[in-house]
Amino acid sequence: MSQDNAIETEGLTKHFGDLVALDHVDLAARTGTVLGVLGPNGAGKTTMVRMLATLSEPTAGTARVGGYDIVKDGAQVRTFIGLTGQFAGVDELLTGEENLRFIGRLLGMPTRDAKARARELLAQFNLSDAAEKPAKAYSGGMRRRLDLAASLVGRPRILFLDEPTTGLDPRARGELWGLVRGLVADGTTVLLTTQYLEEADQLAHEIAVIDHGKVIATGTPTQLKAKIGGQSLRIQPEEHGQLDTVRDLVAARFPDLEPVVEAGAITIGVNDDGIMPALAADLRDRGIALTEFHLGLSSLDEVFLTLTGRRTETDDADETEEAAK
Amino acid sequence: MTAATIEAPVIHRPGLGATVSQVLSMAWRQMVRIKHNPFELVDLSLSPIMFLLLFVYVFGGQMAGSTSDYLQYVLGGLIAQNAIFLTMYTGTGINADLRKGVYDRFRSLPIARSAPLAGKIFADMFKQVWSIVVMLGLGLLMGFELRTVAGAFLAALVLVVFALAISWISVLMGVVADSEEKVQIYAFVIIMPLTFTSSAFVDINTMPGFMQAWAKVNPVTHLADTMRGLLSFGPITEPLMWTFVWAAGIFAVTAPLAMRAYKRKMV
Repeated sequence: MSQDNAIETEGLTKHFGDLVALDHVDLAARTGTVLGVLGPNGAGKTTMVRMLATLSEPTAGTARVGGYDIVKDGAQVRTFIGLTGQFAGVDELLTGEENLRFIGRLLGMPTRDAKARARELLAQFNLSDAAEKPAKAYSGGMRRRLDLAASLVGRPRILFLDEPTTGLDPRARGELWGLVRGLVADGTTVLLTTQYLEEADQLAHEIAVIDHGKVIATGTPTQLKAKIGGQSLRIQPEEHGQLDTVRDLVAARFPDLEPVVEAGAITIGVNDDGIMPALAADLRDRGIALTEFHLGLSSLDEVFLTLTGRRTETDDADETEEAAK
Repeated sequence: MTAATIEAPVIHRPGLGATVSQVLSMAWRQMVRIKHNPFELVDLSLSPIMFLLLFVYVFGGQMAGSTSDYLQYVLGGLIAQNAIFLTMYTGTGINADLRKGVYDRFRSLPIARSAPLAGKIFADMFKQVWSIVVMLGLGLLMGFELRTVAGAFLAALVLVVFALAISWISVLMGVVADSEEKVQIYAFVIIMPLTFTSSAFVDINTMPGFMQAWAKVNPVTHLADTMRGLLSFGPITEPLMWTFVWAAGIFAVTAPLAMRAYKRKMV
């Protein structure tokens, strides 16, 4: 444990009845950095954020945010955190400006200051033109930006972003990334949950991969990519019988990585795409005909395939979690 | 082991002044919502207007011999009934906010935990005042003879105090129920029989014995009698006293239950 951790958890655990949503999670985010929490639906990301933002209490374990215990000193924690959840925290009937002014007033700002802060944030988030429109008329990307702006009214030092770009198109996602980078440049510590490896790679200084409530890998994006491969190579031989030969050839070219055989194809996370021509030559020399030879960015699915040997489950864990509440 | 400590104001509990300001801010939000959706006021005026017209012009002649006599009797009862129905919207509104995640935002802010609920209840009192104005206005157009103007203001005040207290039943349902529709169904199943087994619409002496026994203690009877006393005729002091006793009792039981359910909801 270091002096500079804005967020620290020790054995953080949450049960909803029989469901273990979070299981002894130890994490730390250094002050002024972005901690990316990467995981599929139902992995426990939202459960963790809700506890750290003092919305719910842990079943076991402890966490300190800004140096304060989230259970004992929740009131202190709330004075310097901001939360943007998966669900919209803005009032659809109110205009963008009113939504922000409302939060300012709640925080005890005099009306003039609340108005000024609202204007400032609307400009910063490129929403000035839509300031007088009700939030229900906003596009998905604009609404997320407004939601993020609403969590920033009180100038939080520590910000929780729960899947801030899920459901956004690539352009809106890129805009939001830019805003988050700006906040971090100003010294804000961010804990960001995401289902996208690319997002964690773009924004996070450190990444924790979680699955079924447990941390299954941590490290810097570079370390993690070295372990799992930043890109994913998929090779499918025309003849199923040649699968083992292909696997051996791939393994020989990438001695540090573990190829996965699944559904008649070989998948492997790779870091050095310079080896591709040599691998293609190997396959050609053996006379192996291919139906697929595809190199792409690793998705969360492939990260999980590499880390756990299985794909992410699109199960109903999230709904179970909801129901358990 | 010590993590970086952020300098924060040492707050254990927001002061009373801050809490009042937060409740007012919450109420301000509700007012702005009405400004953007004024149809809501029309919406909630429709059913009392319909009730008043139908009760007076359909049942009035048979109930009291003449529609004008029945109007003198029933207006206070209808105002009481409508006030109780209106409190339902407090619960449905809270339920919607809870499910949409608006309360998650509130709960991450350094504000009193009770501020969102109290603000909503407080703001809904505007709807109560609006409704009594609409019903009394229509009643006067229909020929209602007001006892005194001061009585009308006092009636509005009593109504607001009573509604403030019993709104907590609605808040409790809003927090516990998993959908707005369920809040409406619960409320309907309770409010409908409650308001009809009272002196709101008929003289309870015409009811069979077992029903009279209940109607005599029914809080709606006391509220309706108070409204009638202040607006048209009849005793005031005794029904007023019982109205406040009921309001205090309901508040004392349901407000803590609602707050407890609200805190649990967040686990």
